Amino acid sequence: MRRLPMPILAYFAVMSALPLFMGTTGLFYDAFQAIFVFSLVGLGLNVVTGFTGLLNLGMAAFMAIGAYTFAILTSDIYPFQIGFWWGILATVAIGAVAGFLLGAPTLGLSGDYLAIVTMGFGEITLDVLKNLDAVTKGTQGINPLPRPTFGPWTLELQQERGWYWLLLGFVLLAVLAVRRLERSRSGRAWLSIREDALASQCMGIPPKRTKMIAFATGSALAALGGALFAALLSSTGEPASYDFQVSILALCIVIVGGMGSVAGTLVGAVVMVGMNSLVLVKLADWAGAAGVGNASNVLASPNNWKYLIFGLALILVVRLKPDGLLPPRLEGGSS
Amino acid sequence: MEWVDFFLQQLITGLSNGMIIALIAIGYTMVYGIIELINFAHGDLFMLGAFLALTVVGLLGLGDWSGASAWAAVVIMLIASAGFCGVLNWGVDRLAYKPLRNASKLSLLVSAIGASFILVNLGLFWGGLPMDVFAGGVAAAAPKDFPALVPNTNLLGEESLVQFTPKDVLVWAVTVPLMVGLTWIVTRTRLGKAMRATAQNPVAARLMGIDTDRVIGATFLIGGALGGFASVIYSLYNNTISFQMGYRAGMDAFTAAVLGGIGSMPGAVTGALVIGLVRSMSDAYLETRWTNTIVFGILVLILIFRPSGLLGSRAKEKV
Repeated sequence: MRRLPMPILAYFAVMSALPLFMGTTGLFYDAFQAIFVFSLVGLGLNVVTGFTGLLNLGMAAFMAIGAYTFAILTSDIYPFQIGFWWGILATVAIGAVAGFLLGAPTLGLSGDYLAIVTMGFGEITLDVLKNLDAVTKGTQGINPLPRPTFGPWTLELQQERGWYWLLLGFVLLAVLAVRRLERSRSGRAWLSIREDALASQCMGIPPKRTKMIAFATGSALAALGGALFAALLSSTGEPASYDFQVSILALCIVIVGGMGSVAGTLVGAVVMVGMNSLVLVKLADWAGAAGVGNASNVLASPNNWKYLIFGLALILVVRLKPDGLLPPRLEGGSS
Repeated sequence: MEWVDFFLQQLITGLSNGMIIALIAIGYTMVYGIIELINFAHGDLFMLGAFLALTVVGLLGLGDWSGASAWAAVVIMLIASAGFCGVLNWGVDRLAYKPLRNASKLSLLVSAIGASFILVNLGLFWGGLPMDVFAGGVAAAAPKDFPALVPNTNLLGEESLVQFTPKDVLVWAVTVPLMVGLTWIVTRTRLGKAMRATAQNPVAARLMGIDTDRVIGATFLIGGALGGFASVIYSLYNNTISFQMGYRAGMDAFTAAVLGGIGSMPGAVTGALVIGLVRSMSDAYLETRWTNTIVFGILVLILIFRPSGLLGSRAKEKV
């Protein structure tokens, strides 16, 4: 296997050392745990949208499927209780199957119709989660969930550093897997389909099967992100935690980072989720301390600028830097 | 025969709501027909139209007008919102879509999603205006009451179990002439001919001396204005507006446009009437909480099994 390129190595070096300077608890950990969860979702969407050129606006639904699958399989209110690690494995498998099931009838559709179908799938998933509250426990969410164990040792919820490194480890695994896939037969087929579906079909690449593999890979990664998100909170949270905004956040990560670029996705997650969970929260604190963030002024609350920031990020990047912050590097004179 | 009355009631509600959806759906279908873009921002444009109407109510004190002057107030709002939404839609095209005419369809769609989010945020800010109609600007995100300028009296008599109100009259009195006028523009005028030519083949249209940029701009202007009209009658019909209503309305309208065959105007109207009826019937006979699932389910099934829509015959896929 080829060595990881410099930007990715640097990223993991900096990220694994960072907690040593940040104390053992606090906002930093909340933000970076979210960043790593969304890095996984972003890596998944990057496979679908970046590599294969299919717009999926329903990533939140696959996160939700992951979170609820993990919760139902591991929580002590359900009979399965298969434990953290088997729960994660099963979730990834079920995420892939869910992607397959949605992909099978829809991947023949042209680009923007596929986007709409995935968006509709996201909405339907959300409604089903809300309405089947007998199973999903409605706004309460399913909780508590088991903690990961390493032999005799259990990672408790308040051990923020441990969670940080655990999530970073999952991101590393995902990066290795995605880079490996990118260079595999399937991965080269993805890029080829994206560049020219007709030409690759002539070369004997089956478009539908190729797209399905991409879709299933992306969904599995999103489901993994969802399961870890739930494990981290020890609860699935309410169904609304997986709404359309979350799918758009995943899209922002991939577009801002650079479509088809693994390093770009990691950077995109730091920038977009960092904006969401670190900068806006800090600004809100400062505004509160300075006394301007009162409820009567909508402009004073930084949280109210979120949609504007997401929207501007999408429009400006597409217009001014269509390849994103860290565009994919073309290797071996390909494409 | 109580169940007949009940059914008729759902029919009236469904068709009236369907006509409102139709005006929005035409905006989607016109833009898709001409530049093959799902204009994500269209539903949120509609939402801003409603906020403008409420602002006009506040500025001119229209809320107290009654009788004949209430109808004058309605006309003022219609003109204001239609003008505002038309110009805004044209502006969104200028800033967010026009620079990407030669970019990939994916970039264009992403840009439209971005525009939609920006408009939603503007709606949130707008709801925080320190005006009485916006509850003094406190709780900007909360739904706003829209004054009941058009009364809810039953035109079929007090005893009748079926309600047919001036609100329904308003919906039909606004939507039908607009649709007739639009059909006239598209089929009989020079602009309409240029629009159809641009939709069919923009390059050939340009070679024939058609200023396609102007035609596309005009399409956005007209589509936006229709959304503005829709926002006023929606607000008067439902009497409550919120900065998040664009997403729901937009999805209904888009589903309608796809259902009828995107790109086709009669298709959009037919699809919208079907969606309006499905919504009201599902609310009445099934459970309200499943209505959205049913609408989205229809959208997904139509896209999978009949992507050209009910009325769409020419399923052209540009390669």
